[in-house]
Amino acid sequence: MAGMNMFLSGNEAVAAAVRLARPQVIAAYPITPQTTVIERLAEMVEDGSLASEYLHVESEHSALSACIGASAVGARTFTASSSQGLLYMAECMHYASGGRFPIVMMNANRSVALPWNIYGDQRDSLSLLDSGWIQAYAEDAQEAFDMLIQAFAVAEHPLVLTPAMVNLDGFALTHTYELVNVPDPSDVDAFLPRFTTANRMDPEHPVSLGFTAGPQHNQAFKQLQHLAMLASGQVIREAEERFGQRFGRSYPGLVETYRCEDAERVIVTLGSVAGTVRPVVDRLRSTGERVGLLRIRYMRPFPDGELRAALAGATSVGVLEKDISFGYEGTVFTNVNSAFARSGASPRNLLNFIGGLGGKDITPTDIENLFARLAAPEGLETVTFI
Amino acid sequence: MENRKERKITARNLDDREFFYGHKGCPGCGGSLAVRLALKVLGEKSFAVLPAGCMSAIGFVFPQMAFSCNAMISTFAGTASMLAGVAAGARALGLEGIHAVGFAGDGGTADIGLQALSGAIDRHDRIIYICYDNEAYMNTGVQKSSLTPTGARTTTSPVGNRLRGAVTPKKQMFEIVAAHGIDYAATASVGHPLDYLRKVEHASRVEGTSYIHVFAPCPVGWGHDSAETIEVAKAAVDCGLLYLAEYTGGGFILNHDPGEFSSIRDYLLGQGRFRHLGEEEIEAIVAQRDSRWQRIRREWRT
Amino acid sequence: MSHPSRSKAYRPPSRLEDYPTGTVFPAGHLVETSSGWRSKRPVIDTERCINCLVCWLLCPEGVIRKSPDGRLEIDYDYCKGCGICARECHPGVILMKQEGA
Repeated sequence: MAGMNMFLSGNEAVAAAVRLARPQVIAAYPITPQTTVIERLAEMVEDGSLASEYLHVESEHSALSACIGASAVGARTFTASSSQGLLYMAECMHYASGGRFPIVMMNANRSVALPWNIYGDQRDSLSLLDSGWIQAYAEDAQEAFDMLIQAFAVAEHPLVLTPAMVNLDGFALTHTYELVNVPDPSDVDAFLPRFTTANRMDPEHPVSLGFTAGPQHNQAFKQLQHLAMLASGQVIREAEERFGQRFGRSYPGLVETYRCEDAERVIVTLGSVAGTVRPVVDRLRSTGERVGLLRIRYMRPFPDGELRAALAGATSVGVLEKDISFGYEGTVFTNVNSAFARSGASPRNLLNFIGGLGGKDITPTDIENLFARLAAPEGLETVTFI
Repeated sequence: MENRKERKITARNLDDREFFYGHKGCPGCGGSLAVRLALKVLGEKSFAVLPAGCMSAIGFVFPQMAFSCNAMISTFAGTASMLAGVAAGARALGLEGIHAVGFAGDGGTADIGLQALSGAIDRHDRIIYICYDNEAYMNTGVQKSSLTPTGARTTTSPVGNRLRGAVTPKKQMFEIVAAHGIDYAATASVGHPLDYLRKVEHASRVEGTSYIHVFAPCPVGWGHDSAETIEVAKAAVDCGLLYLAEYTGGGFILNHDPGEFSSIRDYLLGQGRFRHLGEEEIEAIVAQRDSRWQRIRREWRT
Repeated sequence: MSHPSRSKAYRPPSRLEDYPTGTVFPAGHLVETSSGWRSKRPVIDTERCINCLVCWLLCPEGVIRKSPDGRLEIDYDYCKGCGICARECHPGVILMKQEGA
């Protein structure tokens, strides 16, 4: 494998990927646990290894606004945020996707106040699932690195032109060091050439951007946005294929299945907690239990077909997520349930496990217990906190 | 810092081309005149950014596009930050001769957009930020902003037994941006178009952040005839409620001292929004003006 | 051309594929006029006009044009009849005339 193997934290892997993606403009505001991403980027700009305009903005709202402005002249742009900061960007997130600006953002998944808490859960990004961004969830630093490079390729694809967010679990992933293969810059340049777009201010052919569209036309723009997001699924798969050919690391598309083939009981989850589930699956498998793991890698576009296909044989499915829509159920569960409902063939038992809020530990024993509950689900509430 | 020689702009040598045309502004709109004139100075290489507000609402309704230079609507709070992004992107892409210019109203500048503006000034981004001040949220139907002057009736500072219009004085935006150590700032009025054009021209040559605060009457919100926009804008200068000034690294410069002020009373009572004011209230406004001018005449260069 | 004019050939999109990708559209694209807004129209007495250009400068719409022969003319497609030109005309050679009278 070409390139260099480096010992990097999740955040440092993201920064290393951004350096190779060569955004022309970076605008960011610090927030724990995202900070080391933008610190590393500032160092790279300082030492000349990254030729970007780096805007020290005074807020997250301005960070994304500035990225929109830069994207509106055709520049490749990057920002990073987390939690409260992501929510402060919320207005601009809808703005960026509605304007079809292919900005890439890294989000360090973190709990949302109140109570204040800096540790990882996924309520920040999942509460913005409807903002029109592609949402990817990485499990480890290498995947975060690779997803970040791919995110630019997908977002900028002419059939997509939609901003993309790569999520890393706060601390669990952002601050954990792993060996990461960092490819040669020339290989990344070949995978991710400079992009051009007609969606920009052009001195030769002036345009009006970000305009108003009244009732007669507004919905057409929204429908096109929807179609582009739907189209992004295939573009993601193609980008992964192209990436695999060039860099030798293959990815399985919008979901990753682990020992699901003949599984009766499957835990569906996303992010770094999959790393806790996988060895439990192995252990239970070794005692003859037919269990599996399905990891959602992309929440938007949502892998409804992949989910149904992978879980067609399962009788009990538990969705484990670090999120809750208060008074109802987890957002991931709602989406999974809807995917089954569309086919009219839901698994006999479909349960929602809420855990990890505000960084609450999810242990291998917890996972074993969840598989045990899936074995005897009768009488259980649909939604339980673990 | 400045580059190139400034040219003196007159009605004779000003660009004949129109870059803001066919918009849906109300008749006699001072804000649209401020935008139109500035773009004549900055020309076809303008990259204009306008937040949600009057000028964006009247200029960009698909498929009617009134700007013929590049232009975009920004988030309400994001004029200066989106403009900073435009400028950074243009620089990164090597686009030359571009003027990144923002046009935001008083609310978009002094209220919701102040933070982003402060950030841009702090970074000395090479942008031109023009605040067209019509002294209230006009696009949403005349609500009070922090640049609404004392005594003005708006829909959220009504006049009744307890309230007599806006109770707080107008924020001094020009001095606020100057206190940042901005590269260039100026006040202007659509009633003094050549002075305004000169300041836009100067701003276009500044290697850093420029801020121009242009007074722009709104006939609908202020309650005057649409034909009176220029007169009202002149009268505000003549009566001393508005001063024409500049700030550079060298400090404040007063461009024009009316000497003896014209009547504040006439200025106020000529507009529906002030017509409820009694003599005592007018006297208080006069006193505010006098103390401000005492300071200006003492401290600013002419 | 110094002034944009209404595009008479333009037809709004009716199918999804006719819409732009993103909120992007050619600048200076006019499909409607503002002439219906007006109750009075300014009329310039070009014989007496001294060509000082004050009206040209102060029109919020920019509808006063310098014609090739040096006279000023008004684009009534986009004049809203605000009356600033007549009010600011020093020699008083612009009159506001009732529409339809």
